[in-house]
Amino acid sequence: MSEKTYKPGNYPDLPPPPGTVGVYGWIRQNLFSSISNSLLTIISVVLLYYLIDGIIGWFFLDAVFDADSKIACRKIDDGACWAVITRRVGQFVYGFYPEAERWRIDITFLTMFIAFAPLLYPDIPKRKWLLYFSVFYPFFAFVLIMGGYFGLQKIEYSLFGGFMLTVILGVCGIVCSLPLGILLALGRQSNLTVVRTLSVCFIEFMRGVPLITLLFVASSMLNYFLPPGTNFSILVRVIIMFTFFSAAYIAEVIRGGIQAIPKGQYEAADALGMNYWQKTRFITLPQALKISIPGIVNTFIGLYKDTTLVVVIGLLDPLGIGRAALADTKWNGLSTETYLFVALFFFVSCFAMSRYSLWLENKLNTDKK
Amino acid sequence: MVVNKNKSSKPVIEIKEMHKWFGNFHVLKNISLGVNQGERIVICGPSGSGKSTLIRCINRLEVHQQGDIIVNNVELTGDLKNLEAIRSDVGMVFQSFNLFPHLTVLENCTLAPIWVKKLPKKEAEELAMELLTRVKIPEQALKYPGQLSGGQQQRVAIARSLCMQPKIMLFDEPTSALDPEMIKEVLDTMIELAETGMTMLVVTHEMGFAKKVADNVIFMDEGEIIEQNDPKNFFNNPKNDRTKLFLSQILNH
Repeated sequence: MSEKTYKPGNYPDLPPPPGTVGVYGWIRQNLFSSISNSLLTIISVVLLYYLIDGIIGWFFLDAVFDADSKIACRKIDDGACWAVITRRVGQFVYGFYPEAERWRIDITFLTMFIAFAPLLYPDIPKRKWLLYFSVFYPFFAFVLIMGGYFGLQKIEYSLFGGFMLTVILGVCGIVCSLPLGILLALGRQSNLTVVRTLSVCFIEFMRGVPLITLLFVASSMLNYFLPPGTNFSILVRVIIMFTFFSAAYIAEVIRGGIQAIPKGQYEAADALGMNYWQKTRFITLPQALKISIPGIVNTFIGLYKDTTLVVVIGLLDPLGIGRAALADTKWNGLSTETYLFVALFFFVSCFAMSRYSLWLENKLNTDKK
Repeated sequence: MVVNKNKSSKPVIEIKEMHKWFGNFHVLKNISLGVNQGERIVICGPSGSGKSTLIRCINRLEVHQQGDIIVNNVELTGDLKNLEAIRSDVGMVFQSFNLFPHLTVLENCTLAPIWVKKLPKKEAEELAMELLTRVKIPEQALKYPGQLSGGQQQRVAIARSLCMQPKIMLFDEPTSALDPEMIKEVLDTMIELAETGMTMLVVTHEMGFAKKVADNVIFMDEGEIIEQNDPKNFFNNPKNDRTKLFLSQILNH
């Protein structure tokens, strides 16, 4: 093909050569770029076919969703026996919370999304009004879950369990540890020696001790350290420990963010006459937190999954409930189904957090808008 | 050369026998300098001569260890109240712009007036738009700094400083980080600013700007003020050998 001639300065923008862009171009470049790559693609497709075929069969096609026991399951089909889950789903979700009162948990859980919406999505309409609800929500949730006021039956914390316990521990830990982590990070960077030393000691101690040790301390020893007369329930003590533990990690993540801010930003703020708190609020934190989002969410996900450790001090998290189910002679030996179910619950929660953090990073990226 | 009609004999900056050290390194030696209201001073010299450090001492981004600096009749000490008062009267423009990347251009300009000067938001925004118009980029007000060219960013930085309605403006090599085609737009903005009667201290290598605008050109080397003269005499018959050498190096190529 002969090249057309153009006057200098008039060369038009031409489309790229065919087969380099679009779906066809992508497939050619990524899957069939060479003979060995094409071979690998074909072998992988065949392997995936057999794998997915088997997985779908076990999970769905040959699975039994309702039966009285494992033996009854096996008589029907040879796939997964989900009956262990469906028969006990109430316990997995609510622990031993009384059945007649479970609506309270449902309402608390659903309204939680309304309370979080204005915090997570700054552009939401009527944000100001929703924020009032967010502030009020912790009291609302506490009263509704614990009872004892407004004629609601008082529920002992020892009846809490399952996913409900995970969400309570995880959400309380996450919500409390972020502000504490920010304060610790600022404290560690402070010019005041006392504040700095205290922050460093706290962070290094919390990071240097295994979480499980802290939980044992919470269950047995914490009352020695608190002023006499105070007596928190084990649930509150565990939440405090989770908060302290992840706040120490978050403080270090945020410190990294603070140190990544160029010195010129502070000089510009200084030159404009801003004082320490103005600088912190408008210049340091917005930029440091934005940089730290992946690290903070990483810590949150870790904290959320670590809530399963409470099983060692006798709280019945989903794994504890699962173990109780497996101890039942009717369901003996169905550990694969039980643990896969619990894993799925954690995966869905953590994946949602991870997606949210990606969305937020993109939203706050002001360079490419 | 523009004749400066705004210059008065009222001193706004007085530096007396000022010394500064970085650790053991004596970076500024016995600096004495008076700046009158409306005066425009250009400071030049080889890199490492202490010229940036000198103007950074004037709003105490750097702390001097000996001697006095008096700005607007207030002595610069460790007292925070004094310091914040002086800083809101002294604007500064940096080589690397230092705009706040997470805020829009308009928010960059209104942040300090709203929180430091306690100006109502609406007034601050009107003032900011007026100054953005003066530096010829009002249409960029809602963009983020990362979306602007270097020259535009530096003009925003100038507008941001002017929003505090300062009495003195410090420029620390404002054009050194810019592409050649953008230097002119920033210099033009600075020349316009000079014509409004602003007191200006400018560290720069743009000798054309010095010839056109400065009332006084200062040459610094190794932490000392070597020579100080009006631009005509400074460029045409420099007295000191080091000044001659410096001028021959930057003017002949």
